[in-house]
Amino acid sequence: MPLVNGGKIADDSFVKLAVDTPLPEGGDILVPAERFIAEADNLLKRAGKVGVIWPNNRDIDELVPWLGKVATAALVFPTFRDGRAYSQARLLRERYNYRGDLRATGQVLRDQFVFMLRAGFDSFEVKKQADAEAFMQTAKRYSVFYQPTGDGRITALHRRMQLRHSEGVGT
Amino acid sequence: MTSPLEQKKIKIAGPSVVTANRTWDGIVVYRTAAKGWSPDLSEAAIVRNSDEAKALLAEAVADDVGAVGAYIAPVQIGEDGRIEPGNLREQIRSTGVTIGQPAQV
Amino acid sequence: MYAYDEIDRTLVNERVSEFRDQVKRRLSGELTEDEFKMLRLQNGVYLQLHAYMFRVAIPYGTLASRQLRQLAHVARKYDRGYGHFTTRQNIQFNWIKLAELPDALADLAEVGIHAMQTSGNNMRNVTSDQWAGVAPGEIEDPRIWSELIRQHTTLHPEFSFLPRKFKIAITASDHDRAAIKIHDIGLRLIKNEKGETGFEVLVGGGLGRTPFIAKTIKHFVHGRDILSYIEAILRVYNQYGRRDNIYKARIKILVHELGIEKFSREVEEEWQHIRNSSLQIDDEVIEDIRARFSYPAYEKLPHMPDELRQAAADPDFEAWRKNSVAPHKVQGYSIVTISLKPVGGPPGDATAEQMDALADLADKYSFGEIRVGHEQNLALPHVAKRDLPALWKALDRLGLATPNVNLITDIIACPGLDYCSLANARSIPIAQELTRRFANHELANLIGRLHINISGCINACGHHHVGHIGILGVEKNGEEVYQITIGGRADENAALGNLIGPGVKFDEVADVVEDIVEAYLALRERPEELFMDTVKRLGVEPFKERVYATR
Repeated sequence: MPLVNGGKIADDSFVKLAVDTPLPEGGDILVPAERFIAEADNLLKRAGKVGVIWPNNRDIDELVPWLGKVATAALVFPTFRDGRAYSQARLLRERYNYRGDLRATGQVLRDQFVFMLRAGFDSFEVKKQADAEAFMQTAKRYSVFYQPTGDGRITALHRRMQLRHSEGVGT
Repeated sequence: MTSPLEQKKIKIAGPSVVTANRTWDGIVVYRTAAKGWSPDLSEAAIVRNSDEAKALLAEAVADDVGAVGAYIAPVQIGEDGRIEPGNLREQIRSTGVTIGQPAQV
Repeated sequence: MYAYDEIDRTLVNERVSEFRDQVKRRLSGELTEDEFKMLRLQNGVYLQLHAYMFRVAIPYGTLASRQLRQLAHVARKYDRGYGHFTTRQNIQFNWIKLAELPDALADLAEVGIHAMQTSGNNMRNVTSDQWAGVAPGEIEDPRIWSELIRQHTTLHPEFSFLPRKFKIAITASDHDRAAIKIHDIGLRLIKNEKGETGFEVLVGGGLGRTPFIAKTIKHFVHGRDILSYIEAILRVYNQYGRRDNIYKARIKILVHELGIEKFSREVEEEWQHIRNSSLQIDDEVIEDIRARFSYPAYEKLPHMPDELRQAAADPDFEAWRKNSVAPHKVQGYSIVTISLKPVGGPPGDATAEQMDALADLADKYSFGEIRVGHEQNLALPHVAKRDLPALWKALDRLGLATPNVNLITDIIACPGLDYCSLANARSIPIAQELTRRFANHELANLIGRLHINISGCINACGHHHVGHIGILGVEKNGEEVYQITIGGRADENAALGNLIGPGVKFDEVADVVEDIVEAYLALRERPEELFMDTVKRLGVEPFKERVYATR
């Protein structure tokens, strides 16, 4: 599965570990939430970055104390129809001010990119190569947004206010 | 009519066909013996037992670009060999709405 | 009428272009049907029995004449010359080709119409009172708020993949014409003691397999907080709504399983985090939306013009006027309901010719505006009373002057097994037969207000649970069987109907309804006692006895 990061297809330096995979000596690892919570101190001691894979039905509050220490938080889309991770992403970004890498994993398709970007994701494990290649093009598909989210894009309502005020001043 | 969308186990009681809707325009089509689709029920491949039905359905489902939502539907075969839809739902799909369209009102 | 600006138009065009790309990828095989299904549903495209069905949004039921003409154009060019108005202020086309859909959407986009979120597990078209802005005694025009919420819910980055569909309706009148109590969120516009605008918020209404009447979650949410409050409800629902069983995934089940107290505590807690965020709406924003709703330049007209006095001699005109014409908030004007329930016709259908002609009549008599109501009728919202006789003649020529609004033949029905791939039984032919049985307007008037609702399966698109008489088609041993309930209602006193007894066969439904009506006429205390009041007073039993005595 290709990884898109910073808008481009990139190498994934993280190796995914299962709950019982022996811990490698070095290198970056992505660890399931339950193993991370159980072994956090131990995992964080070793060389290499540590990321966590957080299931979409597990309370995100549990992750909050670790946000300064993880290198990536990977949120899961078990199917593209299951949108719970969008809420988790917004909470991490907007309520808990998480500024680190936020990765979408699972069934990630082209047609979700805009939603995901708006919710605060910045890296994507994309299911299909063609979708990964179309990332930049798809991400630019929309220029109008009605809702304020943590991505900071100006909403339609506020653009209108700005237009109103500039008209008032200009002419 | 139990919706074929809930069709889980393949068990047929009599002669059956595989039907679906054509992807590009949505019209009702039937799987033919020539591994294609036809809007004409008389050209449909007839299956008479579960194994045949399973095989025909598998082949139809694999053609995801050609037609959508394939399922097995019962038919009745007249003495003259004419194929007729086996229930009201299939009757309506085959011959159209039972209500007259308002364009004619 | 809300006028789209460049920003709204851009978004609609961007959506059309995205969907064009999605259709292209589907037809080339790049997308499987499983992947595409969700994408097409997000844009109102279903696959039904005979073809794709295309559902187009008419937000809060307001249409401009040029928009109605464009709907007629789509019916003619891409479909079979007619459309079907639904119970949620949408119009459906039954025979659209997938390959042509992007073009149809582009044509609609030219007049600011779209199909975004008219199906799928997202926030659906926001509906409101079809008399919004013209009904006497309204708190204020609910469409301002409907439009605000429409914008906020469109392509929402967090709530476009909910456990299940999510419907919001708004009313601002004492009499609820928007059926808010059977919606996931119902909003009743009210003023608090300081005279500030806000909402009573109801949650968890819905029909389907497990019907519930919505419960009040908060008695007053200030207008400036309404987006954050809705967002809080949605966030709780998105995280905790059930995804394991499609029949238990609506918010009504979550509210029921948690209990309204616990559910409202969860929402309150979430809301406290976000109410003072950028979701708070300042007055300027509301004023900006309000400013883009244009209202007609009404003339100062007499209450009783000569034209109306003269026409009163014509009993046919009078019958229609008394039935289909309602008071307007401006003196000298009326709201005219246009029945889409002709005798023998499918409820809610209109031909392209009728749509075009109605658009012309709207230009001539209603400041170019048409409304769509959840009862599957249309309305002209600003008709000068002096024009009523001329309008009536024109409507009559079009077959659109059936004086049966709110009467027994003003039937709400889903498309049923004639069109719908989920249906178990037919709905429309039952409605057609009932309109023939009760075609005599004197009889219908004698019976008085009586709503019949028909659904062709348990999903309840015909709202049978809340029909005064509800008819639900099911399948039993390969045959269509109909279960009959009485005593439901969809208004401010919303209630679910009660089953009168065992199901009956297709051919018997109209006879049973006749029996129920005869029983009512015999049992009512006085002519003013409406059917639903008699049922309330006496319960199901006397009706049941009457129906099953000979069966």
